[in-house]
Amino acid sequence: MNIKDIKKEFPIFDNKVHNNDLVYLDSANSSQKPKIVLDRIYDFYSKEFSNVGRSVHYLAVAATNLYENTRVSVQKYINAKDKNEIVFTKGATEAINLVANTFGQKYLDENDEVLITELEHHSNYVPWHFLRKSKNIKIEFAEINENGEITLEAIKNKINHKTKIICITHLSNVTGAILPIKEIINLAHSKGIPVLVDGCQGAPHLKLDMQDLDCDFYAISGHKMYGPTGIGVLYAKKKWLEDLPPYQGGGGMIREVKKKGISYGDLPNKYEAGTMATAQVIAFNESIKFMETIGIENIEKHEKKLLDYAIDLLSKNNSINIIGNPKNKGGVISFTIDGIHPHDIATILDEDGVAIRAGHHCCQILHDKLGLPATARASFGIYNTKEDIDHLNRSLNNCKKIFNLK
Amino acid sequence: MNLKELYQEIILEHGKNPRNIKKTDNYNKDAKGDNPLCGDNVHIYLKIDENKKVEDISFEGSGCAITMASASIMTDLMKGKEEYEVKEIVKDFLDMIKEKDKLNSKLLNEDEKTKLMCLSGVKQFPMRVKCATLSWHTLVSALDNSQEIVNTEK
Repeated sequence: MNIKDIKKEFPIFDNKVHNNDLVYLDSANSSQKPKIVLDRIYDFYSKEFSNVGRSVHYLAVAATNLYENTRVSVQKYINAKDKNEIVFTKGATEAINLVANTFGQKYLDENDEVLITELEHHSNYVPWHFLRKSKNIKIEFAEINENGEITLEAIKNKINHKTKIICITHLSNVTGAILPIKEIINLAHSKGIPVLVDGCQGAPHLKLDMQDLDCDFYAISGHKMYGPTGIGVLYAKKKWLEDLPPYQGGGGMIREVKKKGISYGDLPNKYEAGTMATAQVIAFNESIKFMETIGIENIEKHEKKLLDYAIDLLSKNNSINIIGNPKNKGGVISFTIDGIHPHDIATILDEDGVAIRAGHHCCQILHDKLGLPATARASFGIYNTKEDIDHLNRSLNNCKKIFNLK
Repeated sequence: MNLKELYQEIILEHGKNPRNIKKTDNYNKDAKGDNPLCGDNVHIYLKIDENKKVEDISFEGSGCAITMASASIMTDLMKGKEEYEVKEIVKDFLDMIKEKDKLNSKLLNEDEKTKLMCLSGVKQFPMRVKCATLSWHTLVSALDNSQEIVNTEK
């Protein structure tokens, strides 16, 4: 596997940023897109476009087949039992909202508890907060330890007879902690509690096997997996998708509509109301093929190597504090520099063409707990190299120089 | 774009050692401002005397070098100004940040103008403009809110 060749497949790197080569270290936010994904969108719109699942003409049938092919690719990629367990959404956010809305409607009542963690992204907190407002449910937070991890013990501590669902991230977008989700799912199931995993950061970087994991719900973001924006996936066990009420109403999700009553369509149509992001779904198939061609094991290995290299380099750099020290960590490094605010770091790095993120990364609960208003974050993708990390380190030294730090 | 224009020595110095960072005793006007996307926040305290002059002004908050320096420089030069002058200067400052090349203000002396001009570098960094203007908008809000309270009491 030659990373330089892989990088060439991403047209964005042909462009300069402030006259510098782009060093893109913001993949936890969104990944860049390989040419095959971009071409697929153009080709679909220019040669094959039609709406799917409705008309019987040639283009409609072909487009429907392409759309459904992605469903099968996703099913295989995450080893789901049934292709109808794959629901397309506009993103992981919508996937979680779908579960919060439908599960909440049917199974949550006043004083019931939803257990999440202090590591959660706002997208795995705010949808549950809506239920706190509308149904008076309670939200409990499993606490992080000093390494920025969530242990099985932390989850166990917060489970009680009122816990109705556990919703946890697979991989923290701030500390990089990889949660022991299989153990958490086993524990939850032993008490009859379903588990939703926010897989935004997990799916692009870790091998997934839904049947082995046995989780009830797993939310995926397409644009973090080298795919287009506007596409996400909710994996849900068939029993849940059959049991829960529909989410949005509209065309495509119904069986029969009468003045006196409506019956809903079979899976997966029941949860895909209206015209979906057809081109994005079809192009997402190319993202999956792209990742499969490289191999998720190779992606994991490459990113681990980068992570170890970066942690080693940044730890040696005076006045840089790396946030969290999880034993099992993905390619995310959040950090601060004593005496320089993260936004100033991000602006100075940007001048060198180094793209990082600064802020609370949609994790205010975690930042409050850490007592930090903001952090700077570098996150990796398959196209990153050791040279990128060297570049990052040089730019950080430049920040220190501008701020007269040693 | 030029980082040296953004991070001038005076900005770094004010950013590191902000002036007037406290809560004014017996303040009679205040307002909070925050920049939710960045997590920056400021709280401005004013003590306006019976002649509508700024007797004291201070702030509390946290943010990047630009946010802190801007609040620091602003509070420094508003002391002793009359309310109408404060509003005029805020307008002149925002005009400079938004469009004009120079700071046109009849109410400031050359020294004060030079200090404020140091912040004009943010114009080249659109994402950072809000850092420079946060405390200024908050100051206007403090002046206006207080008027509302006065009205209620009438």
